[in-house]
Amino acid sequence: MSASKLDLDPVTVRKARSLARRAGRPIVKLARQHTTVSVERATLRLAGLGGADGEGTPWVNRLADAVRADVGLEHGLALPVWDALLRGEAEDLATLAQKASAGSVRFAVPEGARARRARSASRRSVGAGIRRIDQRRRERDRLITRHGDAPRQPWIYLIVATGDIYEDIPQAQAAAREGADVIAVIRSTGQSLLDFVPEGATREGFAGTYATQENFRLMRAALDESGKELGRYVRLTNYASGLCMPEIAALAGLERLDMMLNDSMYGILFRDINPVRTFVDQRFSRQVHARAGIIINTGEDNYLTTADAVEAAHTVTTSQLLNEYFAKEAGLEDWQLGLGHAFEIDPAVPESFRLELAHALLARELFPKAPLKWMPPTRHMTGDVFRGYLLDGFFNLAGAMTGQGILLVGMMTEAVVTPWISDRDLALQNVRYVLDAAGGLREDFHPAPEGLIATRARQVLGETVELLDRIADEGLLDAIADGTFGLMRRPADGGKGLDGVARKATEYYNPATDLLEDEQ
Amino acid sequence: MTTESPERTIVRPYGDTTGDGMVQVSFTLPVPHSKRAEGAAQQLANKMGIDPAMVVHAKPMGEGFTFFVVYGRVNHLVDVDAVEVVERDFPLLTPKEANAAIKRALRRRLVVLGACIGTDAHTVGIDAILNIKGFAGEKGLEYYREIKVGNLGAQVSVPQLVERAVAEEADAVLVSQVVTQRDAHLLNTREMAAAFREAFPEERRPLLVVGGPRFDEAMADELGVDRIFGRGTTPAEVASFLVHRLVGRSAS
Repeated sequence: MSASKLDLDPVTVRKARSLARRAGRPIVKLARQHTTVSVERATLRLAGLGGADGEGTPWVNRLADAVRADVGLEHGLALPVWDALLRGEAEDLATLAQKASAGSVRFAVPEGARARRARSASRRSVGAGIRRIDQRRRERDRLITRHGDAPRQPWIYLIVATGDIYEDIPQAQAAAREGADVIAVIRSTGQSLLDFVPEGATREGFAGTYATQENFRLMRAALDESGKELGRYVRLTNYASGLCMPEIAALAGLERLDMMLNDSMYGILFRDINPVRTFVDQRFSRQVHARAGIIINTGEDNYLTTADAVEAAHTVTTSQLLNEYFAKEAGLEDWQLGLGHAFEIDPAVPESFRLELAHALLARELFPKAPLKWMPPTRHMTGDVFRGYLLDGFFNLAGAMTGQGILLVGMMTEAVVTPWISDRDLALQNVRYVLDAAGGLREDFHPAPEGLIATRARQVLGETVELLDRIADEGLLDAIADGTFGLMRRPADGGKGLDGVARKATEYYNPATDLLEDEQ
Repeated sequence: MTTESPERTIVRPYGDTTGDGMVQVSFTLPVPHSKRAEGAAQQLANKMGIDPAMVVHAKPMGEGFTFFVVYGRVNHLVDVDAVEVVERDFPLLTPKEANAAIKRALRRRLVVLGACIGTDAHTVGIDAILNIKGFAGEKGLEYYREIKVGNLGAQVSVPQLVERAVAEEADAVLVSQVVTQRDAHLLNTREMAAAFREAFPEERRPLLVVGGPRFDEAMADELGVDRIFGRGTTPAEVASFLVHRLVGRSAS
């Protein structure tokens, strides 16, 4: 972005950022003081422990539960687990997990020289996983060089969601052939509240497909094939959210996913997951994403599905600033911040399109280097598919005019059916028409300094600063508790997954955090 | 049929002339685009009762698929009198009237529990009805002074829901179901209805109401619930129904 189109006051922008930092810092401190079962299981996954027992319970869960029963979670799993290996209880993690779940291993927290040896052994094992993530990142760079990248921005982002990975694959490949630059596999409804990651290739899901390591691997291989055929790298997206967010982030890094939905507050607000659990899991998963070169997509669009898009516009900006702070603190760079926002203003509101432009341009100017994630209308899609198609056209136009980075393709059958082949094709024609007809309009688009667009953008920024000021004083946890975002009230001691949180003991050790923070 | 008048209950679709029977449809056939494919589209349209049928648009989509838009005259007649629908059989009340009716008849607040059951995580529907924010310009049930609302949110199991209904002595339970894959909405609703019948004697059972965009409103009996609300239902309609049934019941 060159000169500002909105004439935002740089002092106000700096103030907004520093308030976001002030609001976020206590949360980071809280996150550093705690660990969760899922962070610890992710660490075991990075050390190479996969698979599940006969009942489908992953070995990482079995092992984590056994260790926790013996010595608690507050020291982390690495010390007791690698101490057991060094004592010769089992020759590898998989055998140890089996023996532990049969009850034939006793875990202890080692001290002194034994602790030092366990630390360095665990660091070696987990280091191999981190190196694997590094390799996958280099492999992505290599493939982009070899096949080429998406032809233009915004990247065209399409969703598949059949529930069956073997149905998803041909649909995803067809979508790529039709012009999708990014494929997202929607997760099965309810996975976010599972406290384990299902195992293997799955063929049954509700309104989506389970995120599993094997499903990731299968889809990655299929899209690599498409990339080769089409002469452009096709990106793959999934969801690092819910109770297993850190583990899913680790699996995404290991299987070279390119983007992950990963919002600092979504789980709290929309899945009623405990706030502390979420912030701890968030920080770890973002550290993994930073390392893996994964672009995160944040979920501000969701606020506008429950709150009014005009009244709540400043909560989106506020959340973007908080997401930016948390992301950078975890080591993510600007190009990895797919900050979310959406075209959700009621079309019956006068000048709704100009208001949309104001909000979209505000995000663009506040985060000039971030590939913003632009989400299509859902709330005011009524089943009138013709009107919906027009609305999607305006959504695409706003995306082109304000330089959005990632455009989730809107379907005229939103809220009617899961997209048909024709819905997807028509939607892509809509995007292509707008980008071909008006892709360069951004260069001519300079809102009048005192016009509605610029004024509205400044107003939203002003309201953002007021809200951030309040949050910084009151504390983010309290703000979440009283319904500031998306009108959801979530107290810090409520929600799901709280029993999986532990305050770290002084001897706590986690080789993954150690390695990920080392390199920052 | 050129003498069709507005009072007529036998009608045809209307394009631009009374009785012209014109319709427009679009569909995809799993065949590559060709003259033969267009003929196939025409054949389908004819079998649907569209004759003559004009294939006005044909476009290849994906590999081995063609999308068609067809305009034509449909030869079917519609008898409006023979249509069966669930008409609103209760008076629509304002929040003020609803509050007054509850206060008068129950002398306590009416307790409503809401949830999305099964694996369904789409709280859009239940939130639109319950949250104070509401839907379509109407405030949700939380806005009603005489209604005590408990929104249990998403992915509530049926036993949890029953337990809460017992504990809170719920007068009514609202369940929203959006996900319809493999008929999940129907299965979940039946399971819920059965569980409530088991847990409560019939006269003490809370009123069971389900809602969601894909329900057939006429299926209430078949699914074992007291009422089904479909797409576009507003909070006031739900509140009015609850008042109509519950206040009526306690007065009798």
